[in-house]
Amino acid sequence: MPLDATSGLLLEFKSINTYYGDLHVLKDVNYEIRHGEIVSLLGGNACGKSTTMKTIMGVVRPRTGTVIFDGQPIEKLSTSERVRRGIAPVLEARRLFPRMTVFENLEMGAFMRKKGAEFAQDLERVYELFPRVKERRSQVAGTLSGGEQQMVAIGRALMARPRLICMDEPSMGLSPLYVEQVFDIIQTINKQGTSIFMVEQNASMALSIAHRAYVLQTGVVVLSGTAAELREDKNIREAYLGELQVPGAKAEAEAK
Amino acid sequence: MTGFDLFVQQTINGLTLGAMYSLLALGFTMVYGILELINFAHFSVFMVGTFVAMGALQSMGIMGQSVILTGLPLVGVLLVALAATMTVCGCIGMGIERFFLRRLRSVKGPAQMITTIGISYILSNSVLLFIGGQGFNFPNPIPMLKYHIGGAVMDVRQPLIWAISAVLMIGLTYFVQSTKLGKAMRATAQDPEAARMMGVDVDRVVLTAFFLGSAMAGAAAVVFGLYYNYTNFYIGFDAGLRAFTAAVLGGIGNVPGAMLGGLLIGIIETMTSQFISTNWAEVVIFSILILVLVFRPAGLLGRVAPNKS
Repeated sequence: MPLDATSGLLLEFKSINTYYGDLHVLKDVNYEIRHGEIVSLLGGNACGKSTTMKTIMGVVRPRTGTVIFDGQPIEKLSTSERVRRGIAPVLEARRLFPRMTVFENLEMGAFMRKKGAEFAQDLERVYELFPRVKERRSQVAGTLSGGEQQMVAIGRALMARPRLICMDEPSMGLSPLYVEQVFDIIQTINKQGTSIFMVEQNASMALSIAHRAYVLQTGVVVLSGTAAELREDKNIREAYLGELQVPGAKAEAEAK
Repeated sequence: MTGFDLFVQQTINGLTLGAMYSLLALGFTMVYGILELINFAHFSVFMVGTFVAMGALQSMGIMGQSVILTGLPLVGVLLVALAATMTVCGCIGMGIERFFLRRLRSVKGPAQMITTIGISYILSNSVLLFIGGQGFNFPNPIPMLKYHIGGAVMDVRQPLIWAISAVLMIGLTYFVQSTKLGKAMRATAQDPEAARMMGVDVDRVVLTAFFLGSAMAGAAAVVFGLYYNYTNFYIGFDAGLRAFTAAVLGGIGNVPGAMLGGLLIGIIETMTSQFISTNWAEVVIFSILILVLVFRPAGLLGRVAPNKS
């Protein structure tokens, strides 16, 4: 998708500092996500990626700095208000409501919206994108396979008719076949007009569909640029694209 | 009476007692399902409910056993007493959550549970101080009608209590299964953070659970008063403990489990009293509870905590 460099900003982090108690997790972080973009956030474990997602959704509040969504500061708004304004999450490890049916999970995605013609349209759209979800609609979500659950999780986010979807590790725990399917779907959704901010460990997959990316290391943005630039970056190739094993990284991953 | 007649008789009595325990158990289970908190204040909310119901009936002119109503006036009086008691108890429950427990929700450990024990004692001692420690004659406007089933006798109050309990439990099940707020409640119980990210106002859900659970305790209080024609300031602990046991037996956090557990405890209690001895009722109830928990730690209908570490 050709991107107009001057197209407006949808989400912006301005000098965000987030803490857990005394632990300084996000250190003076700045992000920009424009309308229509897929932006990927790369980084190892415990670097602040999930905290970024929680800061966007309002589950964690930044101590200083501003989060701007669609031109307005939102860092003091409740999570429900943010959902109402058009931000929807696809949570890490999917986090479906395990004892509710697939359909009820989709309904929960549309929680902030009135049930009516739009709900039916959105449901139809989700069923079109994921025929499998339609087949499983009356099944209890906890009984689905990981890949099917991820489809429901993405479908659930779409039911909010969001302008921005925040995805936390969409490929985590999925078989390679599903990973590819999920990334295809993400691109399709993006082409239909939804912007996507995606935290992802699988850097090569993420950079293959993202327009731009940020690299986060221990709470600091150390690198940013277009996906093409980052794919060529020597440090990225070594650290994230598996061209050279970084000794500490694997042990760290196992420790988590 | 033959042995079979006694069995039928105690089944009728047990189902009546059990219906009351079920109503009371629902409050424990709903709050536990969402907050993983055992709300001991529920005991005393139930007890206060019997006094509210007594006051409501007396203010409508029903004194002791001297005023007997039939037909529409009876239905009307009972409905008003139920509505008043359920509303007052529901509001007490919400107040406990809003003003005491909410502040402690982020505190780890037993602070919340200890608070509920404290509130329970404050409520029962307030009744003791301001209303009195003697037993009270609970007004009963229902005519003494008895039906014979073989050798067993059924009091008209018994099917009435079943009907009240059934309507309330069906209503509650419908609410939890099919309404938007009910679904939000289930979602919050299963994954509070994810529910919040769907836009669910978790505080509102918790408040609703306290209101509904306490309102059910109010209904149980009306049932208790009509059945025993009696109340005092500490009845909450006996009935409450059995209802709590019922919730655990059925699988705490599980709404149908609380209903099933309540009926079972009621029947076990009456059967033991009849065929063994009243003194053994608690021994048998708790032995069965322990046996069930050994083989099914999550209770009869409960699930072993999924998705929680």
